[in-house]
Amino acid sequence: MAEIKLDVRGETCPVPLVEVRKALRKAAPGDVIEVVGTHPSSKKEIPMAVKALKLEILGVEEEADTWKIRIQR
Amino acid sequence: MEDTDTALTLEGGPGDKATIVVQSGDFDKLYSALIISNGALAMGMDVSLYFTFWGLMRLRKGALESGPLSKMHMFGLGKWMVKRRMRKAKVVSLERLAQDFKALGGKIFACDMTMDIMGIKPEDLRQDLIEEYCAVGTYIEEARHSIITLFI
Repeated sequence: MAEIKLDVRGETCPVPLVEVRKALRKAAPGDVIEVVGTHPSSKKEIPMAVKALKLEILGVEEEADTWKIRIQR
Repeated sequence: MEDTDTALTLEGGPGDKATIVVQSGDFDKLYSALIISNGALAMGMDVSLYFTFWGLMRLRKGALESGPLSKMHMFGLGKWMVKRRMRKAKVVSLERLAQDFKALGGKIFACDMTMDIMGIKPEDLRQDLIEEYCAVGTYIEEARHSIITLFI
């Protein structure tokens, strides 16, 4: 089980969502994806996408303008 | 890397699809079409884009980014200003959005009647992006199985 890091800091709509989806397509079941970003709406929309894909959010953290989301593939 | 995504195609019901007619060749409207499409793909939907008329003209080689603004184009000055602001806001190019669209499994259909009217041959078009050359029947077949249908 791999841990995949994804950095979309500074990127705007729709890149954070698209990059998460690309990473999920490449990941194997069981892998964990950790994505860090700064685009405000993506903090709530990435979990929406993960829910729609019937996958699990392991955690959402926020520090200043940066958020970090962990996703279980 | 191998795509292990086959099991990750959502509810898989007939409703999990978006079909968009891209009739406009305006720069800003192409952004709307591709951003919505990429968002839908990212959230697990299938997406079909049906390019017709002025929209199809943007699929000619080298033409993707060349459309005017739908408003305030001002002989190119408005577009220049908007593009500058988009760069500042770190908005990616239409080319990047189109590449992501393909990478996430989106399909692009080209209207063959527009090709006849405008005298465009497949080799004039971005064949790397186009899935199929077709007519209204294909659009309806795509749209009737879609929960989201838009005309842009």
